[in-house]
Order: sequence, then structure tokens, then C-alpha cells
Amino acid sequence: MAAAMPLALLVLLLLGRRGWCLAEPPRDSLREELVITPLPSGDVAATFQFRTRWDSELQREGVSHYRLFPKALGQLISKYSLRELHLSFTQGFWRTRYWGPPFLQAPSDTDHYFLRYAVLPREVVCTENLTPWKKLLPCSSKAGLSVLLKADRLFHTSYHSQAVHIRPVCRNARCTSISWELRQTLSVVFDAFITGQGKKDWSLFRMFSRTLTEPCPLASESRVYVDITNYNQDNETLEVNPPPTTTYQDVILGTRKIYAIYDLLDTAMINNSRNLNIQLKWKRPPENEAPPVPFLHAQRYVSGYGLQKGELSTLLYNTHPYRAFPVLLLDTVPWYLRLYVHTLTITSKGKENKPSYIHYQPAQDRLQPHLLEMLIQLPANSVTKVSIQFERALLKWTEYTPDPNHGFYVSPSVLSALVPSVVAAKPVDWEESPLFNSLFPVSDGSNYFVRLYTEPLLVNLPTPDFSMPYNVICLTCTVVAVCYGSFYNLLTRTFHIEEPRTGGLAKRLANLIRRARGVPPL
Amino acid sequence: RPRLSPPVRRPDARTPGLGLRPAVLSYVAGIAWFLALVFPPLTQRTYMSENAMGSTMVEEQFAGGDRARAFARDFAAHRKKSGALPVAWLERTMRSVGLEVYTQSFSRKLPFPDETHERYMVSGTNVYGILRAPRAASTESLVLTVPCGSDSTNSQAVGLLLALAAHFRGQIYWAKDIIFLVTEHDLLGTEAWLEAYHDVNVTGMQSSPLQGRAGAIQAALALELSSDVVTSLDVAVEGLNGQLPNLDLLNLFQTFCQKGGLLCTLQGKLQPQDWTSLDGPLQGLQTLLLMVLRQASGRPHGSHGLFLRYRVEALTLRGINSFRQYKYDLVAVGKALEGMFRKLNHLLERLHQSFFLYLLPALSRFVSIGLYMPAAGFLLLVLGLKISSLHEAEVGVEEPGGAPGPSVPLPPSQGVGLASLVAPLLISQAMGLALYVLPVLGQHVATQHFPVAEAEAVVLTLLAIYAAGLALPHNTHRPLSCRVVSTQAPDRGWMALKLVALIYLALQLGCIVLTNFSLGFLLATTMVPAAALAKPHGPRTLYAALLVLTSPAATLLGSLLLWRELQEAPLSLAEGWQLFLAALAQGVLEHHTYGALLFPLLSLGLYPCWLLFWNVLFWK
Repeated sequence: MAAAMPLALLVLLLLGRRGWCLAEPPRDSLREELVITPLPSGDVAATFQFRTRWDSELQREGVSHYRLFPKALGQLISKYSLRELHLSFTQGFWRTRYWGPPFLQAPSDTDHYFLRYAVLPREVVCTENLTPWKKLLPCSSKAGLSVLLKADRLFHTSYHSQAVHIRPVCRNARCTSISWELRQTLSVVFDAFITGQGKKDWSLFRMFSRTLTEPCPLASESRVYVDITNYNQDNETLEVNPPPTTTYQDVILGTRKIYAIYDLLDTAMINNSRNLNIQLKWKRPPENEAPPVPFLHAQRYVSGYGLQKGELSTLLYNTHPYRAFPVLLLDTVPWYLRLYVHTLTITSKGKENKPSYIHYQPAQDRLQPHLLEMLIQLPANSVTKVSIQFERALLKWTEYTPDPNHGFYVSPSVLSALVPSVVAAKPVDWEESPLFNSLFPVSDGSNYFVRLYTEPLLVNLPTPDFSMPYNVICLTCTVVAVCYGSFYNLLTRTFHIEEPRTGGLAKRLANLIRRARGVPPL
Repeated sequence: RPRLSPPVRRPDARTPGLGLRPAVLSYVAGIAWFLALVFPPLTQRTYMSENAMGSTMVEEQFAGGDRARAFARDFAAHRKKSGALPVAWLERTMRSVGLEVYTQSFSRKLPFPDETHERYMVSGTNVYGILRAPRAASTESLVLTVPCGSDSTNSQAVGLLLALAAHFRGQIYWAKDIIFLVTEHDLLGTEAWLEAYHDVNVTGMQSSPLQGRAGAIQAALALELSSDVVTSLDVAVEGLNGQLPNLDLLNLFQTFCQKGGLLCTLQGKLQPQDWTSLDGPLQGLQTLLLMVLRQASGRPHGSHGLFLRYRVEALTLRGINSFRQYKYDLVAVGKALEGMFRKLNHLLERLHQSFFLYLLPALSRFVSIGLYMPAAGFLLLVLGLKISSLHEAEVGVEEPGGAPGPSVPLPPSQGVGLASLVAPLLISQAMGLALYVLPVLGQHVATQHFPVAEAEAVVLTLLAIYAAGLALPHNTHRPLSCRVVSTQAPDRGWMALKLVALIYLALQLGCIVLTNFSLGFLLATTMVPAAALAKPHGPRTLYAALLVLTSPAATLLGSLLLWRELQEAPLSLAEGWQLFLAALAQGVLEHHTYGALLFPLLSLGLYPCWLLFWNVLFWK
């Protein structure tokens, strides 16, 4: 079954700067955490993060001894002078409108000079991608949180996204030297309807068909966070079992959240019953109401019909009641959709919305896609429609995929925005706060950064009929075309019998000689 | 220079027999070919071409019959209470079965009141729920739609739709999103939804934009049920402007009919078992004729017909509850639908392997385009033969004039001949334009001056202009013919006009046959003989009668009578006339509301062309 799986590859290549000295001996540490978030729609999102930090100048000196940091990736960094790498495999689609903004986003670096960005929307994600990913973990899937990573459960979900993020981080507050950080993340969204048979209660066992038994001995921190925020102001609506020892409160993605913390390194936690099976029960089940809509969400589609032209439309929703905010929209469109840039229209609330910045790089046939980047101000409480018309190109017959009638994928557009927060966040200590909160440090408490991807699109191109009759027609036409020329020539040409001319003097002479020689005349 | 070929002997145009005999033969061959289509060498068994749907096995597990009935009861109760589509109830129920629910409101002012459906200013709300497939990023989808009319006849279908949604939601194998769509005001709602989904405006519908989409729609099934139990399922394939879905979709339906032991019909007819004797083919001919008539009408026969414009393969399934003993419950219908959806879910590509152009003499038999086209080809050949014989005759008329002296008088006489054609051509086209524009434009004027309703006014204006067209050309061509008479060949005028008319007709029929075979064939069968015979000599009253009987309007009336005859519900002439008036109004309305092309085609193309022949007949 070929489902559309976006695979995003984000590589930042930058030559490492030379001349930094090593201040202390190499030291590495592992932190692991699992965040379980009941989503507004009733589904449950589970986000694993495994962070390996290594205080080592990988690019400068030939490091040969690897402890926690995987050697395969370390060598990649030192050999290719990699500055930053983000690679993600995703199956399904994060439905922002129903699930709220996602935790894990790609980095906010938009320095295009060094940036390589590619998406393969057609690629299939499978267990064969999960296994090598698990092997990068220091405890593999033997102990700690990674016990829960059981392929058959992880792929029976509405959303599955696994990623590897490598980046340099400051080693100390003054940033005199850098450390390398490897974050392996895995997010899954369990469908409450399918896993819970209609009930919205969940437990670790029900989701992963495993329970936690022991911490990873190599980890310096191993925690499970459960979002127990009360959405309704009245009494408690949900109950977690076993009761948490501590809770954590912070402003995450613009709203105040409360998390129950289960520390696996706390010996009492496991020792009580030899395993930890966290359960959540709704005291009053959430009603089937439309969930609250996040401030920013988007939708993208192809409009029009027929195989000649079409229109790419992106709807950007700003549901904030009174604040406008800018959005950076990045679109890469394959060359076989020939964009008509003069038809680019951006309208919000029925009026034209002029983007403050446009960068457009036209496509070259068979070489590079269109790149369109725009900074658009979204007015408060509005829908902004960005649309651009295109013509569907006719490919060469060898360029069609083996299943051309399936259609061709257009990769998702990327939206990056600083969305206003409901509650102002205070600056956090980066190294001490939970991992899910520290992927993006907030510089300004009144906004939070969100990067969203729209859905990939499937566009049908004019496709020849690659079947037997088509081949027969082609062959017949060729034969007819070849024959037609010669037949037409034969039928229309008039043939005259040319009388032999009594040639010139030279010829007559030659014939005389020929006759003398006994050779037939010319 | 010696001539290589012997000189061509031109048949004399004034001896009628010579050009006629091959033409008659060709016409008879065309009709005979069409009738022969129902016999086994020409009709073949259908077969599944799409690999993804053919060999895979699915097991249907739907068992929500009680749930479907409960939903249907609730729906009917709520619908009765509110008098319109119970939008809030539908939203709540769809959300409770786990769908993403959206609504779309639309409004449309029809060009004139629709008396058949009793509506004029239409506004309604469509409700749809999307089941998000866990294995894909909403790039492809399937649609199950139930059109709801003004009464609650389709409530069982809504019940089954909801029960199926609940069952489908619990499964993990979906690779394509499934949209469950309930539309108000049956086809108008479907049209509004489709236009909004594809973000186009084809018919002037006003509707709110859609909030939720699910990628490219691969296939759609429309469901119409009006009772808890059915005796048979009827399938409708004919869509807007005679478009047909891919034959594989019908094959899929037939597969599940056989698997579930359901009684399935096409055009309300059971399929004949025995094709070796004469009975089977004769019964097949009935079904085939019904299909030809329905396809020729160009109307969407069910809400699936509107999907076809967007290249979404679609079918309408209709539950029929007759007096037959054995009945099936909703579980059987639901299982068939579940099976079809699961197989469609397997599709890797759009349905494209099988035929898009076919005729169906039975559910499991089809005639492919390569085999039915010769029938129309023979009929068009008649026109071709007439054109060539007429052309030669015209050249033959000219030659004696040119022979005595050097060819000086030729160019002026030719100029007069062409000029004499301009007026009839312009007048007939103007009549066509008036027929197309005036009825709807002038309805208010008509209602002010005559005691009629708007819909009646439109139909009566239509008929009045149509009839007026017959009277007009007599009066206008006389001064022209005087000039023609002054030239040496008195026949040249009408011959030139007939030549132009024949070419015009042949071109039009050729184009129609390629896009909608049934319509083209029907028009060719009726119009070709009269067109070939029309001339100002001989038994003119007979020709006039024949021409009137084969005019587009008379063809429509005849088709209606034939249709009811084939359905075994024959009409009296008075009933037929009432139905004819209703059909005229519907034809105009469907052009404006769904973009059906039959009305403009007849009024702007074939009617003016037919007027030219009328003009030829009364040439003086």
C-alpha cells in the first residue's frame, strides 16, 4: 500500500570554524523523556526524545573513541564538516486544527546560503526505518523508555514521525566552546477510537502493549511527563494512576500547562510493582464538541478541473481575536507544474494583501523546482488565501513514473511564524528544563515559534495511455507515416519518358570512339 | 499529355435514384448494426481490468443493521421536526462516530421556478464528515454521498451512511480518506459542494468555502434508499452530458452483487440469463435502448452524474422495494458498500484501465466504442454520400453553362449563389439564438401580459419561437430566389443551401457522436433521412410531414413516449404532451443549474440546421 509519507531532509552544511581549543576532556551524557499529551480531539500524542550531548570538538580533532554518541553520525560530522542536520521520516499528517500546534518543529534557521532542503513526499516509512533509528540509542530498545518502541504498535497510529536532529550547542553560558547535541525524536498519535474502542481512557500498556520496567543505566535522566492540564476551570476531569510524585508547570506553546512527572531513576517508582503502567482515566469524558482551534493553521489544495490548468491555493487561518502576526511561507513546486507568477494573488478579508517580502526562483525544466518564499502579514481573525495558477506540463514518455495515473506529488508548503502567546512565558534555563521545552528557546515571552507543514498534494498530469492499444496505435501510426510519404509520392508524381537528346559534340565523339572499340554507346 | 485515368462519369443530379440507393443501403446498415449490438459477438462479457481491485480478497464485516435503522429513525424524526435537513443533529452524530465534521451553506436562485421539484429560491446546508485515513497524508479520498430531497424519502440511506461511517472508523486499514457527504436539495447541494471542493464556480452557485478537504477524490458512490428492506439494487451510470464512469467501477459493483447474492438491476431490468436464444438479446435491446435514451438526455441520473465532470468515477445505487418475495436488509446493502470501499481503498492509481465509452445491454455485458461506432458511421455516411452527389450535381449544372464560351459567366453566378445563402443562414442562426436567450430573458414580460406562471411562460415562449421559426424563412427567401432564378440554373440556389445544410449537419452530428454517442445516434437516426430527402420538388407535403416529425422537438417527444413504453408504463398522447412540457422546462433548468449542454446544443446548433432543410423544402 503506497501511502504518501513526507520525508523531510534538512541539511545545513557549513564549514566548521577552525581554531577553537578544547577546554576540558570529552564528556557525554544521555537524557531521555516521554511526553504524553491528550489532544483536544481526544487522541493521545506520545513524544519520545533522546538527547545525547557530547562535549567534544568533533570536527577539529580526530576523535576515535565513541561512548554514547553513535559513531556513524560522529564520523558524518567530522568527515563532511557538517554544521547541522535534521532528518525526519513521517507517515500521516499532523492535523494542527484538531491536535493543536506540534511540539517538534524544524529549526528556525533561514540562512539560505548554506541551506539544503529537500522533501520526498512519496517515500514510504516502515519498520526498516525504525530499526536503524533504534540502534542509534545507547540502550537500544533493551531498557529505559525505548522499551516501549514496539514497531507494530507505533505504526498502527494516525501519525508517526521519527527524526534525527544534530546541532552544535553552547557548552557554557558565555559560549566559549561548543558541544554536539544529538536529539532523536519520535512522535506518534494514537487514535482513541481504534485503540480504546471508543473510550478515551488510556494506559501505557494499551498504547504500546509494554510497560516500563527499568531505567536505562546509561541515562542521567529518564522521565515521563503526562499532560494533566485542566481545560475546564471546574473540578478535576481526569485522574492519573499511579499518582505522580511531582508536577511541572510552564508555558508551552503559548498556554499554561501542568505535567505530572514520573522519574524512572527514582527507585521507589519502579520498585513498588516491578513495572510502571501509567493510566489515565477521564472522570467525565470530554464531550464530542468541536475542539478549540489553534491560532494558526493552514490548508492547501488544488482547485480547478481538467488536465490543462489548475490552481494551487493555500488558506492561512489566523484565529487570534485581535492580534495580527507575520508568517513566512515557503513553497517548492516541481517544475512540471508551470507556475504563472503573474497570477499570484493574496487576499485576506476580501482585500488584497501585499506581502512585505517575496523571493521567487523560477524552475528549470528537469533541473530545479520553483521556489517561492513570502512574508505575509495575517490580519487578526482572518483567512488569507494565497493562490497561484499553473499549467500541467506534458512529460517525456520516459519521465513518467511506473504508475503515472496515480498522480504526481507536490511537497507541502512550510509555514514559519511567531504566534502570540496567551500567557507570557518567562525565560527558562535551557539546560535544566525538560527536553520538549528546550528545542526552541523563546527569546521573547509574548510569542512562541511555530513551524507547520501543509498537506502534500496529488496532481494529475496529462498522461498518455501506456497500454497495449496505445502501443499498437503508435506503431501503426509510424508505419502509416512512413508508408504515406512514399505512396503519396508515387501517386502524385507524373512520369515522363525523356527522349534521349542528341548530345553535344563531345558525346558524339565519345560514341564514335566507343563504336570503334565495340563498346555500347553512351 | 495523355490522361492516365478515364474521365469520371458524373451521375445526373436530376435523376433521383442514383444517389439514393447507396444512401438507403448505408442507412439500413447503420440501423441494423445498432440492432446487432445486442448479439453475443458484438456484446462481450464485462471483466475487471484493474489489478488492484481484481485479485485481492476482502472480507465484509459490517453488521450495523440495527444501528443504521436507529440512525434512520432519528434522522427522519429530526427532519420532520425541523422541516429541513437536521444539520445540528447530523453534525453531532457524525462527530460522535469519530469523523471530522464540516458544513457548507449554499444558495441559488433558479432562472425560473422549478415546478417539478417545487423550488425557486433555494438555500440549504450540506453536512460532511471526513474519516482521516491513518496511513496517508490526506492526498486521496473516496466519497459516499446521500442526496436528500425536500421530503424524507432518503432517510434510510442517511442511516446506512452513518452506520457505515461508524464501522469504517474502527478499522485501521484505510489508505484514503473517506468523505461522508449528506447534501440538501439533492443535486443542487451536490453541485454546490463539488464546486466549492474544487474551488470553481461553473453555474453561478453561491456557497460558503469548504473548511475541510481530503485531497484528490478518486471515486464516489451515491446511495438512495427509501425503505428498510430492498428487493433489488438498481445502478445508474449515466451522468451529466452523457458522461459515463469507468467500466471497472460498474464491474466492482457487479462483483459484490454476485458475492452477496444481491439482486441487481440496470435501468430497472434484470439481466437475461440466456444469450444464445433470441430472448436474451431482445431483452438486452430493451435495456440498451433505455440506456441510449437516458444517456442522450444528458441529464445526471443521480447525484453521481455531477462528479464525472471533475473526473471522479461515480455510481448511484438505488434500493428498490417492489412486491418481490425475497428481500434484503440494510446489512446486505452495507456489506456490498463496505466491500466496494475496501477495494477502492486498494487502488494505486485512478481508475483508468477499463473503458470510459461503452453501452450496456445488461449489467454483465457491454459493447465497446470500437464496436458501436460503425453504426453511427454508416448513418453519417448517408450525409457524406448526399454531399458528394450534390456537389457533383452542382458542378454538373455549372459545366453546360461554361462549355459554349470561355469561362466568363462563371464567377458572377457563383457569387450570387453564395450571397443567396447568407440570409437563410443568418436568419436560422438568429432564430436559434432567440430560442436560447429569449424564453428565460422574457419570462417576466410574458407573465405580465399573459395569465401564466414563469415556468409555463418559459416553455410556451420556447414553443412559440420554435414554431415561428417554421414560418419565417418562407417570407425571407423569396427576393433572394428571384435573383437566383435569373441565373441559368434554377436549381442552384436550393442545392447550394442544401449542400451547406448537409455539411453543417454532418459536422455537428460527427462531433456529437464522438462526445455522446447516444445523442448523436438518436439525432442521426431521425434527422438524416429527412435531411437527405428534403428538396423543393416531388411530394412536398410528405417531405414536410417527415421533416416536422424528425425535428429536434418531435424527437424529444418521441423519445419520451419510447422511454415510457420501454419501461412498460406507456403514456397516452396527452400525458406525453405534459411530460414533454415538463422535460422542456427541466432541460432549460438543467442547463442553467448544472451546465447540461443539451439545450444550447439543440437551440444553437441543431435547430438552425434543421431550419435550413425546412428552407430548402419550401424553396421557390
